[in-house]
Amino acid sequence: MLEVRDISVGYDERTVLSGVTFDLREGEIIALLGANGAGKTTLIRALNGTLPLVNGEILLTSRRISEMSRREIAGQVAVVAQENETRFPVTVLEFVLSGRYVHGGALGWETERDLEFARNALRDCDLDGFEDRLMNHLSGGERQRVVLARALAAGSMTLLLDEPTANLDLSHQAMMFRLVRKRCAECGCSAIVITHDLNLAAEFADEIVMLKAGKITAQGSPAEVLTAENIRNTFGVDVLLDRHPVSGNVRVTSVF
Amino acid sequence: MAIYLKTVKKNDSKRKYLLVGGGLILLLLIVLFGAALLGAERLPLFDLSEQQRTILFDIRLPRILLGAAVGASLAVAGAGLQSLLRNPLAEPYLLGVSNGAALGTMLAFVFFQSFEWSRPLLAFAGAGLATVAVYRMARSRTGMNVERLVLSGVIVTTFLSSVIVMLTTLLDVAKLRSFTFWLLGDLSQSTMNGVYISFGAMLIGTLVLASQAKALNLMMVGERDAFDFGVEVGRVRLLVFGSASLVVGAAVAASGSVGYVGLIVPHLVRLTVGSDNRLVVPLSAITGAIFVIFADTIARTAIAPRELPVGAITALVGAPLFIYLLRRK
Repeated sequence: MLEVRDISVGYDERTVLSGVTFDLREGEIIALLGANGAGKTTLIRALNGTLPLVNGEILLTSRRISEMSRREIAGQVAVVAQENETRFPVTVLEFVLSGRYVHGGALGWETERDLEFARNALRDCDLDGFEDRLMNHLSGGERQRVVLARALAAGSMTLLLDEPTANLDLSHQAMMFRLVRKRCAECGCSAIVITHDLNLAAEFADEIVMLKAGKITAQGSPAEVLTAENIRNTFGVDVLLDRHPVSGNVRVTSVF
Repeated sequence: MAIYLKTVKKNDSKRKYLLVGGGLILLLLIVLFGAALLGAERLPLFDLSEQQRTILFDIRLPRILLGAAVGASLAVAGAGLQSLLRNPLAEPYLLGVSNGAALGTMLAFVFFQSFEWSRPLLAFAGAGLATVAVYRMARSRTGMNVERLVLSGVIVTTFLSSVIVMLTTLLDVAKLRSFTFWLLGDLSQSTMNGVYISFGAMLIGTLVLASQAKALNLMMVGERDAFDFGVEVGRVRLLVFGSASLVVGAAVAASGSVGYVGLIVPHLVRLTVGSDNRLVVPLSAITGAIFVIFADTIARTAIAPRELPVGAITALVGAPLFIYLLRRK
């Protein structure tokens, strides 16, 4: 779906990403791991065409992203970005419906289909009954879920999620990942998720890409990537590894 | 997707639009009618004398219609700028856009008096330049916060004010008084020509802004979000700045800087129908027209036969609201 070929991205003189190559296949979830400032958010912004590439190319369904219009990209890729806040009294339903922007004309009202997508996304995100609540009256975690609902309502085949679990409680963190997992299994969507929770990544991701100082340090299945050496190399911390008693996946415990 | 096909409640936005819109149009007609009859000389409903007809058709009606165009213009400009800049305090008068237009108008008046179109044209140019200046100043690497925008507006406003004051020294004393009134926002100089220009600009500007309403709904939450969801941010910004400058330029050229209309009206509209710009933009136009006609009727009648500038009335209402909005965060 999404092919990233040897891309480099920089702001002004500074190179933030260099030589990044990976593929995101249909139905797949990739977890993007790395310390603060490693270039994870920059990578997400490059993937949806926000940042120009210094080098390399990104192909979205075999088309070069640099040759696609804003609308075309937005029709296929939905982003859940970090924190946003509005000072206007926007209701949750209005907010989620705005994610359907590319599907309607520039004028006119939402169709029944738009409303269906929005309501179902809200239900999926455990936000039944929130429709008429105002965005600026919600808690951080609730708002985060509404932002996710807006991305789901867009109906895009590729989801880019920048720390979607940052403000979420334990149950909603798991809900978030299960939801993305379900989407990918049901409709062949795929997702790239930035997270700092190595164990959530181990449970839910098909593949992990580890970034350090703008370069990929490791990539592959969770079992291949989540080794004590890779983690020490990328994050500079020592960890203990064992198996999750229920799922049998790798489990990471920090050693303080 | 099968589970997704559940009975969906009818979208009530359209109904709200028709209901509130219809009510407002009715109110506009009532205010138009009332304003035409009220004044220093109260007119009867029927059997107007020759002199009364002159008052109605040559003096009062152009003034009321200009008030409508100016009110609608300033209100939609406020609504558009607020959404674009993600700031409920953005307002043509407070951002210095009106003063930019006022300076343009004055330059036209002082240097190109023989060319009638020079006033709205230079007003438009002045409004546009002031808009771009404020936007550039308010924007920083980390984005744009509310206070920074308001401060930039203050700086541009005071700078332009001092240039305007310097220009007034070129005027003779007789013109000075009418200019001072005009600067505060004054509809008493209205001509049918001014009405045509203002109405034309207002219609174009409102249509352009309304056509960007959906994009503005995304922009008001975040520029980056809007971009992510397919809005061509640069184009929308150009269209909104352009149409706001157009309507404000035409309004100011005809009536001076009537302040706070762009703050009060969209705020009232949002309180009633919420923030959806597809509702806010057109309903602000109608409400703005009602508001300015109403305020001007007070300006004409409160101390008749003398008159107040309408801008003084709108500022009396607007300034306290501004403080309230600023404190509310």
